[in-house]
Amino acid sequence: MFDLKDLYQEVIVDHNRSPRNFGQMENPDRTLEGFNPLCGDRLTLYVKLQDQQIDEISFDGSGCAISVASASLMTDAMNGKTINEAEEIFENFHILVTSDGEDADLDKLGKLAALAGVREYPTRVKCATLCWHTLHSILEGDDEVISTE
Amino acid sequence: MSTAAKAFHAEFEVSRYRQDFPVLQRAVRGKPLVYLDNAATSQKPSVVIDALEKYYSEYNANIHRGVHTLSEEATVAYEDVRELCRNFVNASSVQEIIFTKGTTEAINLVANTYGRSNLEAGDEIIISWMEHHSNIVPWQLLCEQNGAVLKVVPIDDDGAFVMDEYIKLLSPKTKIVAIGHISNALGSINPVKEIARLAHEQGAVVLVDGAQATPHTAIDVQDLDCDFYAFSSHKVFGPTGVGVLYGRQDLLEAMPPYQGGGDMIKMVTFEKTLYSDLPNKYEAGTPNISGVIGLGAALNYLNSIGIENIAAYENELLDYATDAALKVEGLRIIGTAENKASILSFVIDKVHPHDLGTILDHDGIAIRTGHHCAMPVMDRFKVPATARASFAFYNTRQEVDILMDAINNARKVFA
Repeated sequence: MFDLKDLYQEVIVDHNRSPRNFGQMENPDRTLEGFNPLCGDRLTLYVKLQDQQIDEISFDGSGCAISVASASLMTDAMNGKTINEAEEIFENFHILVTSDGEDADLDKLGKLAALAGVREYPTRVKCATLCWHTLHSILEGDDEVISTE
Repeated sequence: MSTAAKAFHAEFEVSRYRQDFPVLQRAVRGKPLVYLDNAATSQKPSVVIDALEKYYSEYNANIHRGVHTLSEEATVAYEDVRELCRNFVNASSVQEIIFTKGTTEAINLVANTYGRSNLEAGDEIIISWMEHHSNIVPWQLLCEQNGAVLKVVPIDDDGAFVMDEYIKLLSPKTKIVAIGHISNALGSINPVKEIARLAHEQGAVVLVDGAQATPHTAIDVQDLDCDFYAFSSHKVFGPTGVGVLYGRQDLLEAMPPYQGGGDMIKMVTFEKTLYSDLPNKYEAGTPNISGVIGLGAALNYLNSIGIENIAAYENELLDYATDAALKVEGLRIIGTAENKASILSFVIDKVHPHDLGTILDHDGIAIRTGHHCAMPVMDRFKVPATARASFAFYNTRQEVDILMDAINNARKVFA
């Protein structure tokens, strides 16, 4: 049977307690707010881009453990990635949390695979993907608040 | 509490009532279901489920039309429920009972009929800070249409209605006061009788949103002296998709129709249509016949237990749950008004309500987490969301114990 510890793994609890890359960035190239009206999760992403590559990334805001840990893990994983690489990882991450996960490329996901347990809780998938939808939009150059509803 | 009162509540046969609800016998994630989301919707007793099945398998027909037996039987069953509803809220006439699809539609009906035909630019509508979105947005829409102004009565740090501020807001410009009887996010019981009395002194009409009150307390619209009272079937153990609007007869007669269609007319020509008398004037189209019949079964069931007995039992259960919650380290109750009913809304240090909801679900416990369709309440208490356990008469102290154990386990996950 699915164990609660599979969802709230040590790495998730840790990234929620001490989120990495947390805080407002000075002079970001792009910034965008993501909002989940269902649970009130709000986060703002900040990025600096150089030659189609993520040079620097940080976030701030508040939300549940899944959304904060996901943003922390995502920003960790995105440092130095090209836009194309970022989109590829997002695709894999989406497969990981929404399907049986068999088609996800775990090598590309690394630590992000810790969020696989979310797929047992369909209502929580939005929490894990809020930061990713926001990133996707920021890389596309959107400037509207991103809502997961 | 007196010994007599204790003895009385000991007789409340909760274990017997639990047998009446099939869903309470199921397991969730391998644990017995502990259903504490009654403010969102209540569970349904077998008598309600059976009533729906009986209607569809024995006398399914449209009402108010056919001369055949089935239509006659369906019409009688449907109209019998109107009388049950009249009795349930103690209205003086069945003409004053309108079936809608829920509390939300009932409020929208009043905003769109009474509101549109009686309010002008500069007139004022008063609501409170603790309203459900369904008692905010219809009035905002009305204000946008006719230039009326929305005024909001603040709530204090306990989540109680601030009467002094209400009195300051009242004026001859006040045309409608729309107020929740019991707050779904906080559990606060509002002094609607006094609110109505003061509104009437200014010539305003009063709508009471009774969605949360009807499962927990006896309603007497004549004693409250409100002009409109709205409630939902699904919160009083009946089917979804049915609501009831009580309206004072003279107001309902003067108001324009809400929707046009079949059943709300006496005669239609292309030049002129004559509308039906009350209550059909406000019930255009084929209504939710099965739902209304199911609501009737639910009200009969409630009456058989007695709403006063339910209220007394639930008050004891809320006290027990509140005491237990206060023992949980880092737990803060949101909504501590002196007069409260059946709702325990709270936040816990270091545990986000959404994570708590998921962890409790793992133990088979259903609570609501989020803003409870009352975002201004969340802003008022500076929280993004709360966890809310809401009780019905079929909940038990044992279930409260299971809830508190699970909350303590959740705290350990994030410790």
